[in-house]
Amino acid sequence: MFAIELSTKLDIDAVRREFPILAKPLPNGMPLVYLDSGATAQKPRQVIDKLVECLENYNANVHRGIHALGDRVTTELEAAREKVREFIGAAEVEEIIFTSGTTMSINLVANAWGRKFLKPSDEILVNEMEHHANLVPWQQIAHATGARLRFIPLTADGRLDLSTLDEVLTERTKLVAVTALSNVLGTINPIDEIAARAKALGALVLVDGAQSVPHAPTNVRSPDIDFLAFSGHKLYGPTGIGVMYGKRKLLESMDPFLCGGNMIRRVRKESSDFAELPAKFEAGTLPIAEAIALGSAVDYVQSLGFAAISAHEHALTKRAYEKLSQIPGLVIVGPGLEHRGAIISFTVEGVHPHDMAELLDRRGVAVRAGHHCTMPLHELLKVTATTRASFALYNTLAEVDALCEAIEYARKVFRRK
Amino acid sequence: MSDELYDDYILDNYESPYHKGHLEHPTIAHEDENPLCGDYVHLELLVDNDQVKEARFDGHGCAISQAAASILTREIEGKSLDELKGFQAPQMLKLLQVPLTASRQKCGLLCFKILKTMIYTLDDKKTST
Repeated sequence: MFAIELSTKLDIDAVRREFPILAKPLPNGMPLVYLDSGATAQKPRQVIDKLVECLENYNANVHRGIHALGDRVTTELEAAREKVREFIGAAEVEEIIFTSGTTMSINLVANAWGRKFLKPSDEILVNEMEHHANLVPWQQIAHATGARLRFIPLTADGRLDLSTLDEVLTERTKLVAVTALSNVLGTINPIDEIAARAKALGALVLVDGAQSVPHAPTNVRSPDIDFLAFSGHKLYGPTGIGVMYGKRKLLESMDPFLCGGNMIRRVRKESSDFAELPAKFEAGTLPIAEAIALGSAVDYVQSLGFAAISAHEHALTKRAYEKLSQIPGLVIVGPGLEHRGAIISFTVEGVHPHDMAELLDRRGVAVRAGHHCTMPLHELLKVTATTRASFALYNTLAEVDALCEAIEYARKVFRRK
Repeated sequence: MSDELYDDYILDNYESPYHKGHLEHPTIAHEDENPLCGDYVHLELLVDNDQVKEARFDGHGCAISQAAASILTREIEGKSLDELKGFQAPQMLKLLQVPLTASRQKCGLLCFKILKTMIYTLDDKKTST
């Protein structure tokens, strides 16, 4: 493949013009300062256009209709699948399973692989920073199979404590389920080292890429991982579409999770044969337009390039980290900048996160407050909730400043000096 | 600096709550939380002769949930159980004196929900004895 010259600097004004929602004032007249991309990212024009194009011009079911629309939509869907394959460095396009999102992807692996292969003496290695979507499915599978959950301890600053990894990663470990980027702490986990050490013991590795895939390059063959789950909607694509990557050998060995249309080869009265990959794991009708538009989201991100995206998002995170650290009573959870992606969660003395989020909203600043689907982590941090600002490629340094000013406003409302 | 939601009435009740603590011998105690946001309220009543003599609450969470608990304990002391049976959610919201969006009504009504559960539990006990 020929090299494409990509700028390492984003033209942020041009980027923002691609996102129609960013130019629309809020009901209270304030401009939108959207710092909740960790929950869902806004959509660029080309993703919106692709959705509309599909629905207006070639809406039909895929892999079924022997007609012009059916042919066209199938071609488009498979082109999107190929874009995703290339984007994450998978060896084969059949290893890209479309799902409804990260949650479904992990549930698919937990059920289709875990129920079949886990035994009572086996262990699944997780940790307390995982999103509920990468913890609860494993709890359920452990209950069902008798396998046991083990936890990699966390350091005081919210990183995985690999100094004790030998104690929890053993020959009994059959799978390590780990996020590449914590949705609360912002911690970038060392997937290279974890994958290498897991492989050495014969354990499989599942990476939750929901937060990492939109912000940094992903290659499922380096480091060598077995399963990757991520969502389209955090990658500037539509909701309702996600991806489960699995190595062909593993996918072939697994039984189907959901059963019904599309995933069968032959159905008899008492038993059935299943379709080839990827259809074997794509029962029923896919979110077709959404999958096709996910292909456009991948194109969009690649057109900017991760060099420029990462540099920009790091600059935003650095500015936010430094300015937030100056606010009296504000405590940032998680590690320092060198181990942190574009997420900062914090508490402010005397102002509950829900009150904080409500007051930031008065200033047009959209953040998330709560436990962010990580209740065990919040228990460990000994807080019931945090406020989270998460950045994306369309955010500006001025928006970081707006966040800090809005926090000062909230502190004043709560009579904090 | 003032705000339409976080006015002095709410903030005073949040920061210096009325009757926060515990009763030595509560007739009934009950607690609940909003699992999504972690607001938590525990409510205790001393009931004598079908009348609330004393009320105490404990809890943690957003200003709205905690201020509402403070305001509620003040409101219900001295009221009869029959009066409290007629006490409805819109009245509770009115007591807060600030406009709540749909998503924040859950915070403002947490203590009310607990009270209602207690009242019906007391009623049940009465009819079954």
